[in-house]
Parts: sequence; structure tokens; C-alpha cells
Amino acid sequence: MLGPLTIHQPETAAEAAALRASLGEDAAVYAGGSELLLVMKEGLGRFTQLIDVKGIAALRELGARGDGLVIGAAVTHRELERSALLSGPFAPLREMERDVANVRVRAVGTLGGNLCFAEPHSDPATALLAYDARVVLAGPDGERALPLAAFVTGSYETALGADEVLVRVEVPAPPPGTAGAYRRFGLHERPTVGVAALLTATDGAVSAARVAVGCIGPAPVRLPALEARLAGLPLATVAAGVDARDGGFAALDVVSDLHGAADYKREVAAVLASRALAAAAARAGTAA
Amino acid sequence: MRPPVGPTVRLALTVNGAPVEIDVETAALLLDVLRERLGLTGTKRSCDAQVCGACTVLLDGLPVSSCTVLAWEARGRELQTIEGLAREGRLHPVQEAFLEASAFQCGFCTPGMILSTVALLAEHPDASPETARAWLRGNICRCTGYASILDALRLAQRRLREPAPWP
Repeated sequence: MLGPLTIHQPETAAEAAALRASLGEDAAVYAGGSELLLVMKEGLGRFTQLIDVKGIAALRELGARGDGLVIGAAVTHRELERSALLSGPFAPLREMERDVANVRVRAVGTLGGNLCFAEPHSDPATALLAYDARVVLAGPDGERALPLAAFVTGSYETALGADEVLVRVEVPAPPPGTAGAYRRFGLHERPTVGVAALLTATDGAVSAARVAVGCIGPAPVRLPALEARLAGLPLATVAAGVDARDGGFAALDVVSDLHGAADYKREVAAVLASRALAAAAARAGTAA
Repeated sequence: MRPPVGPTVRLALTVNGAPVEIDVETAALLLDVLRERLGLTGTKRSCDAQVCGACTVLLDGLPVSSCTVLAWEARGRELQTIEGLAREGRLHPVQEAFLEASAFQCGFCTPGMILSTVALLAEHPDASPETARAWLRGNICRCTGYASILDALRLAQRRLREPAPWP
């Protein structure tokens, strides 16, 4: 049983940010509750005030902006997995979303909640990192944007200020000719390893590659060494499966935990990277 | 800004087709209100962390984990529990299929399993075995090994497609 709670219902992101500033550490931002209520039930967070952000229209936006996507922080995983917007160059995001946790978590859990909780064993941040996504935060001085890579700073740590709320995620369209894939592996409810790969193809060869790996360390990271090595390779070579083991995994900060030892995770990450790249190459070849 | 609510609140919602008004704490979990206040003990607490599915209920037709949803979230919405599936003394086709296929042993996961199946077949009447397995991945059974549950699902799928559908 949780202690007494007061639930606030701001109607704008500015109101929500002001509530955070005035209520301080007694308050938590609340949307689906799938992470927050667990923390509260375990006694790890003793909040007496919840700021329910589900009634803020800007946080419920899901749409196209230019060639890119705008995803409000309070959009649920279920809404994302069912959205026709997550197709074409954004299909890997749908591929990722439809396997987040389980059908019940996806019905209530939100993208913003997932990113702000920053549990390392999670998929969305990894996939969005491959897209060079940005987050937009509302605070006392209005909005500020920063790259997702600068937002997720560590295990359960983000750059979100104590007087800010996450408003939306902006996903720029990758260059024309880009296709991708997301691959995950896990024995438990949360993933052990997740890899996102995007390949841009020109004349049957890779002109640019983006590979992000998550869950194995404090925060998802890109693999620039592997990305550089892929440039120029024929799509058919990548589609047949490249050995990604020397793609920079040895230098990564990998955590040993209940999901497995660090060496094991490096190995699984390399295998998943190879598979994600093969799928991306096959799709890029079909699209070209 | 709307006024804050709590620490108690009056909820009006529909439970198994009937209107319900009840005063609850804003901190109350839906599962506790169902079991302790409304006497609907078919909904089970097991993992208490949204992993096992034993506490599954349908909120506006969608499966949610009542152990990790505030009762307050059910305000103005339609809630369905295992107790509300039978109509006029007749079990729901999914319940009948579970009986026929002997799709349970201890039965603790069964209410959640059945409600998840009902929601799946409402959204995907022609769900492939892959879709069914992906949907039910979040419902854990430690007795059956799942094969009989998937048999029941297929049986229910056929029954629900028959010319005289469930009312």
C-alpha cells in the first residue's frame, strides 16, 4: 500500500515544470506509472505528490514534422506500435516498440516515462540513438532541445533538470535510401542486449551506417568504429552477415549483472549487430 | 490547471457492465480496490511487478496490470474482470474453451490468461500462432507448459467465428 498521494493535473508543460519547481523532491512526474509505481511500491521513492502529465496536449502529440517524427512524451508504447507513421525509414522503431515489455505495459507505459526513468535494460533509447533523435524539455525559461545522447547520461540518470519536464522526442528522417532493423535478446522481462542498425545505400553499397547498442552498459552508445568500417561495403556482403566482433565492443563500458557477464554481453551484442546489419542491408537492397 | 485530487477521491466507473461509485484513496492500486473493496477476488496478485499477468483486467477493453495501475485511472472508464465474462449463466466462449482444453492446472494464472485471450481475439480475431504467442508472452503459467493454453485459444478462435457469435 502506498502512502497518501495528491495528484496534480497540469494542462501545459510550463505548468508541469512549475509544479516540479515548487513541489520539489516530494513530487514525481507521473504518466503510465509502469516504472514509477514499481519504485514507489518497493519503497525506493517516497513521493507524496504526483504530477500527472497525461492531460497535457503537447505531450500527447504524435505526428510528422517535415520528413521527421514528433512523439509526445506521454504517447504510449501501444500507440507507437500501432502507428502507421512508424513505417518506411522509421520501421525499426515499430519493430522495437512492439516487443517492449508486454502488452499490458505497452498499454499504459509511455515513451517519455521510459526515457526519463533511464533504466539501462530498455529498448527505446537505443533505437532512438541510431536516429540521432533529440529531446525537447520545458523549464522555467521555456523550452530547450538537446541530443538524446546528451539526455541519457547514465544508469537511471538523465540531464532533466529538477524544474523541467520532457515534452517530446523529435526523430529526424534518415537520408533517402536508408533502411534499418532492431534486434534484441533477453531471457528475462527486460532485454539483455539491444542493437539498432541503420544503413544508407548508394548504388548497392553502404554510404553511411549507424549502429547503436544498449542494455549492456550504463547508457546506450553508438559504435563509430563499426560504422566507419561498414562504409563502402557492398550491401550483399553486409546482408550475408559481417563479423562485427572487432567493431569496438572491447572498449565499451559493459556491466556484469543478472543478465550475464560482461564478456558474454559483448559477444551477444556483436552477434545481434551482425544480424541487425544483415536485416538492414536486405531491406536497403529491396528499397533501392 | 484543474484542482489537485487526493488523498481520497470519489470514483465513478463501470465494473463488469454495472455503474459503480466508490470513495478510494488516490494512492490505492486498482487490484486492491477490486479485491478488498469490491470483493472481486478472481483478479490475483502474484509478481506485483507487471511481469506475470495474474492481475490482468481489461480497462476499456485493453489488458492492464491492476497491481501497478492506480484505481484513480479507472475513473469514467469500463473495467472488466473475470467475474464479468459470463452472460446469463453461460460462460464466455474463451472460458468454455479453457475448460474443454484443460488449459489450467492450479488455476492461479487462469483469470489473467483468459482476459488476455479475450482482448487478443477482440483485436485480432484471426491472430496467427505467432501473434498469439507474442500477445500472451506477458502471462506466465508455471503448470501447463502453455501448449494446452494455445489449444484453448485456437478453439475459442474457431468458436467466436461461428455464425451465432457471443452476445
